[in-house]
Amino acid sequence: QVWQIRLDMHLLNHDGNITDAASIAGIVALCHFRRPDVSVQGEEVTVYTPEERDPVPLSIHHMPICVSFAFFHQGTYLLVDPTEREERVMDGLLVIAMNKHHEICTIQSSGVVMLLQDQILRCSKITAVKVAEITELIQKALENDQKARKEGGKFGFAESIPNQRITAFKMESAAVDTNDVEEQAGEIIAKADPPSEVFANPVLHTPGTAQIGEGIESSWGDLEESEKEEAAEEEGESEAAAFECEKVKTEDTSTVRETKSHEPIVLSDSEEEEVVILEPQELPRKTR
Amino acid sequence: MAAERGAAAEALVGQVVLPGDLLLLPAHYDEDAEGERLRLSAGAAPQGRLLCGPGLRRSGAGLLVTKCGLLRHRPGGGGAYWVDSQQKRYVPVQGDHVIGIVTAKAGDVFRLDVGGSEPASLSYLAFEGATKRNRPNVHVGDLIYGQFVVANKDMEPEMVCIDSSGKSSGMGIIGQDGFLFKVSLGLIRKLLAPKCEIIQELSQLYPFELVLGMNGRIWVKAKTVQQTLIIVNILEACEHMTSQQRKQALAKLSGN
Repeated sequence: QVWQIRLDMHLLNHDGNITDAASIAGIVALCHFRRPDVSVQGEEVTVYTPEERDPVPLSIHHMPICVSFAFFHQGTYLLVDPTEREERVMDGLLVIAMNKHHEICTIQSSGVVMLLQDQILRCSKITAVKVAEITELIQKALENDQKARKEGGKFGFAESIPNQRITAFKMESAAVDTNDVEEQAGEIIAKADPPSEVFANPVLHTPGTAQIGEGIESSWGDLEESEKEEAAEEEGESEAAAFECEKVKTEDTSTVRETKSHEPIVLSDSEEEEVVILEPQELPRKTR
Repeated sequence: MAAERGAAAEALVGQVVLPGDLLLLPAHYDEDAEGERLRLSAGAAPQGRLLCGPGLRRSGAGLLVTKCGLLRHRPGGGGAYWVDSQQKRYVPVQGDHVIGIVTAKAGDVFRLDVGGSEPASLSYLAFEGATKRNRPNVHVGDLIYGQFVVANKDMEPEMVCIDSSGKSSGMGIIGQDGFLFKVSLGLIRKLLAPKCEIIQELSQLYPFELVLGMNGRIWVKAKTVQQTLIIVNILEACEHMTSQQRKQALAKLSGN
């Protein structure tokens, strides 16, 4: 059987990061959709109406969800799920689409930022956490809807409107007390530990370029000297900027170097035949 | 296709209309249910031309509503009907004054992002006092306040920063600093109305500069960053605050 399906997305309102919201909306719509049942007997094809036979769902193998990262100051600062204003002033954008089996479906990088390999790996770890949460939310919502339909309760778009969950122009604002912000900021800076100066073994794989996987020979020219210093600085700052990311990640900043000692994670009900696990590689320092 | 019996336009003024509603004009009141005969009654037909404004389209039997909103009517000069609708997405319209962000310089023409489906073009000669030798000092990322001379669905919109007599009349490059933000189009129209309460009340608070673009963009500049941000927050909140709540918020601020 070959069916053709068309997905139209109407953007009602947004405050930035349309990609993520649209990817979630799209995949949920496809999961929620039911198509007419069909039976084929030899040459004869019967398409049953919804009244004759219950429509069947599409066979969705996995749910890829996009997560966007905005970079500022040449990769020093990283923001997950940027708002409209942050998008307008960002230097670069990284979009990673992943499913709950930790399989990366898409990586797209745009803007003027050159990303290091471990930055991308860190982003993919954040993505894994976010995608797990979002997939769980989606499953719960689909189950609730199915239950409501079976029990004859109320469901659908019209029901969400009175609850003001899909609202037009309402934005919940958080009141911020800015009276003594300067003193507080001064205290925080004074009490904080200075970021650790030197890494015993800086994990610098290839200067200046983002590279994942098997070692491809670096074809950039003589960038060794200047790039090494800048890249080492970036390393230090991007480690310190980890508080911008999810809280879980603050523990993971050191696991980048330790991954080798762990066994590769066995992916459970994944349907992929061949699985490539991304790990930081010690690339041979070959330059022309 | 069954023809809907429309309602009289005058009866629905000030009420909500939905896309697909048919509005009948006075000349069509006595129409047959099947036929399309027009009764020419000299007394009932309005003088002058009836203007069919945004949200309405002329169809054989009257006016067809294409947007949801409130129906409005202006009696002067032949009459005008339009639908007052609320939306955030801007569609370029000829004659509108908008704020654009310069995204690229392509030869003699600047490309501006005006919030529409396509970037608008602005020639470097379209500034007051600009000649081939004397070029305006525009860089990528600058804000420009101009108006559309060409804006339709078939062509890329074109903007200019001078009016028909060659004077800039307030248009041109918007200065440094300040803060640009987006609001809905309905709020912009409310702010542009003569003797707008919101602007009068805000001007009691601090002195500030304000540029309103019909594409939903507002640029504000006050003396300090904090004052600018306060004004920005108030304008954004005006979308869904009643005038009572607004007066309370302003009273609290000026009390501080």
